[in-house]
Amino acid sequence: MTDLPASGIHGHPHRRIDGRAKVLGTATYAFEQDVDAATYLYPLQATIARGRVRRIDTSAAEALDGVVAVLTHLNAPRLADTDDKEYAVCQSDEVAFRGQFIGAVVAETQEVARHAASLVSVEYDEQPHQVVLPDDDKGLDDPDEVNAGYPSDTAQGDVGAALADAERLVDETYSTPMEHNNPMEPHTSVAIWSAGSGDGDASLLLYDSTQGVHSVRRTLAPVLGLKPERIRVVSPYVGGGFGSKGLPHAHNVLVALAAQLTGGRPVKFALTRQQMFTLVGYRTPTIQRIRLAADGDGRLTGICHDVIEQTSRIKEFAEQTATATRMMYAAPNRRTSHRLARLDVPIPSWMRAPGEAPGMAGLEMAMDELAERCSLDPIELRVRNEPDIDPDSGKRWSGRHLVECFRTGAERFGWADRGEPGARRDGDWLVGLGVASSTYPAFTMRGSTAEIAYVDGRYVVRIGASDIGTGTWTTLSQIAAEALGVEVEGVRLELGDTDLPMATVEGGSSGMASWGSTVVAAVDAFRDRHGKDPEEGATARAETPEHADRKKYATHSFGAIFAEAAVHADTGEVRVRRMLGVFDVGRIVNPPTARSQLVGGMIFGLSMALFEHSVMDARTGHVVNHDFAEYHIPVNADIADLDAIWLDHEDTNANSLGAKGIGEIGTVGSPAAVANAVYNASGVRIRDLPITPDKLIAQSGSTKTGSPQSGHM
Amino acid sequence: MEATITLTVDGRAETVTVDTRTSLLDALRDRLGNTSPKKGCDHGQCGACTVLLDGRRMLSCLALAVAHDGADVVTARGLADGDRLHAIQEAFIDHDALQCGYCTPGQVCSAVGMLDEAAGGSPSHVTADLTAERGLGDLDDDEIRERMSGNLCRCGAYVNIVAAIREVVGTTVDAQATTAAR
Repeated sequence: MTDLPASGIHGHPHRRIDGRAKVLGTATYAFEQDVDAATYLYPLQATIARGRVRRIDTSAAEALDGVVAVLTHLNAPRLADTDDKEYAVCQSDEVAFRGQFIGAVVAETQEVARHAASLVSVEYDEQPHQVVLPDDDKGLDDPDEVNAGYPSDTAQGDVGAALADAERLVDETYSTPMEHNNPMEPHTSVAIWSAGSGDGDASLLLYDSTQGVHSVRRTLAPVLGLKPERIRVVSPYVGGGFGSKGLPHAHNVLVALAAQLTGGRPVKFALTRQQMFTLVGYRTPTIQRIRLAADGDGRLTGICHDVIEQTSRIKEFAEQTATATRMMYAAPNRRTSHRLARLDVPIPSWMRAPGEAPGMAGLEMAMDELAERCSLDPIELRVRNEPDIDPDSGKRWSGRHLVECFRTGAERFGWADRGEPGARRDGDWLVGLGVASSTYPAFTMRGSTAEIAYVDGRYVVRIGASDIGTGTWTTLSQIAAEALGVEVEGVRLELGDTDLPMATVEGGSSGMASWGSTVVAAVDAFRDRHGKDPEEGATARAETPEHADRKKYATHSFGAIFAEAAVHADTGEVRVRRMLGVFDVGRIVNPPTARSQLVGGMIFGLSMALFEHSVMDARTGHVVNHDFAEYHIPVNADIADLDAIWLDHEDTNANSLGAKGIGEIGTVGSPAAVANAVYNASGVRIRDLPITPDKLIAQSGSTKTGSPQSGHM
Repeated sequence: MEATITLTVDGRAETVTVDTRTSLLDALRDRLGNTSPKKGCDHGQCGACTVLLDGRRMLSCLALAVAHDGADVVTARGLADGDRLHAIQEAFIDHDALQCGYCTPGQVCSAVGMLDEAAGGSPSHVTADLTAERGLGDLDDDEIRERMSGNLCRCGAYVNIVAAIREVVGTTVDAQATTAAR
């Protein structure tokens, strides 16, 4: 090893175990599984946003050489459970959003499948649609709860009085756009259906690109009318997910239906990049009115965060946008709310740090504005409002070292050099610094099982977990090796298969805390039963241990994100020159892969600040910029000097492993850190992400603090 | 319509029958079973399908296989010399320049092709003086970032990708200097 960071606080750096296969390209993702006599699926998609399929003519497609089957709602096998409308694929003529599956062609080759799909003609009865999030609260719904089981609304004290009596007040509206996860590997499913000999013994083998093989099986089994044990899901390598592969989506059902029409031949289906903008989830746009009331010293007296967001008319997903606001800062009077517009749009879902990412973008921009109105340094404002206990639950923190994150980062980053907005210039560039808090809940999910077996002189660790790029192959091996007291090479990990013991989904940054503590428990069970010198073939299992103390605490990760932005005085182009994240995330198992996740998360947040925006066409219900040419994510040249470090605080109050999760917290504070740096550079406050040059130029003439410098912005 | 073509893939001669609409990427993946190059967008926008075609990096999703009869194709899999990885591949692992790994074979091929371009004196968008003589030694971080910007990575491994390439550039330049000094 030449250059892996050696400054890790606990873990020993270890090269990625799957690194060799990945640099060679021999790691096999779902589509690449070797199956005999494969066929290829190309889907048919609705071209209206709402209505019914009146007529569908598949004759020309069926007549084409090489076509194996054409599936529509007229001939699709019936599903056993159609309550969840996302999964009720091709069960009726109804169209609920543009791009919805209305059928599929299966053919001998990809080329023939795609050509045949173009030969299917469809007529519709169209109905009026509404696809754009309204910016007022007329006709909005109050969801029963928001994602992850939080209440939709909360209230403490008298926030109205606090706002009325405020000595310093921020009352602004912040908005974030529709965004798409866009993992590099498109969603892919390869289905092999065995009809069996009679009722109830059909079975399905699915090679799937997923964050959780067991969740796919558990979700699809009732839909397809199969017992869970009749479905096997295999997913050894996953080319990213960022939440969009956390649950199965309609494509899994479509491929399972099609596989019932091919006489047992495998059906391969990889979505195109364009199709991913419709069918595999996205982050809802949000409109957030944030009101902060403070006294003359910058102590918050009231916090109010009201969110408008969207869901699909056929399935509810309510992003938990304001939940971080409930626990972030001390204030006696507080209120949060979420209101939903039910639209004729694709179904939103999880996207890296759902809730926290857009919500903290709003809150942390608002805190930056409050700091200015209180004439306080933004870090000092946050220090003054640091809560001793979780203001939402009233519980003690399992560990909260946010102030230490700020102090450490301020020194390393040169925060003292920050000047007044618009004051620092470097040639044609206006340069500024910004900062924001980050937080993410430290979840430990129960319900996993791990098995340890002693085979051929090595310990085999079996758990149906996944590695979507997070480093699980390496870190779970390290955890097991440490618990067993052997070298990592003495452990062979197996994951990504429902034939392995149950594991929870790779989501909510919970993988290491949940699976790691399960593996340690399994090692303990193994040593209890077999001792230090086990016989060949010895095995033991354990479930995720209960951590009784956990309930006493509010368990969250924290971080401080610093950014330096340069804004071109003439064009409004923004370049992020430096970023530093300082994190309080508990135990770090493997420093290099941890750093990669934190840095990658920060880049995801930088991208939210400056680039990402799915543009919905109100007339058609179509995301018009549905590819990488027009949906922008950072390229290498957009990322300069960017680093992440962490504090030395294990959190064994949160879970027995002491690890709080690192997959999402890098994303959470980064949009606001960049936005605040842009403001400090240019004096122009953009409250509508992404911050693009057109917005900066349009506002540069009207801003108070951004006094034009030598005729520029 | 079908056509039979011959390709050299990772040093091995292959004869394959393709639909004339088959991209080079699909020919490699579906027909020849070489899934090292990846399909991320199929539109030349992400770089995951990058291979070396007759020694130059190119996007195999934008090439029709039938148009490259007789070509020499090297994928990331073929860059290794038996069990020995290419220096770029070793550096990618050393610097943790990957996460999910799906863009990685394309990044690796792109880096190898890019180093050849730089060694041959090709300028980039960020090269200040287009008339000056240039070589590998002129590849600073800005040059590496610019030249690698055709390969998207959603996990955000860019910082480590630059570090990996920087190390290989340094080692190569040092080795050249040592040779020259002899």
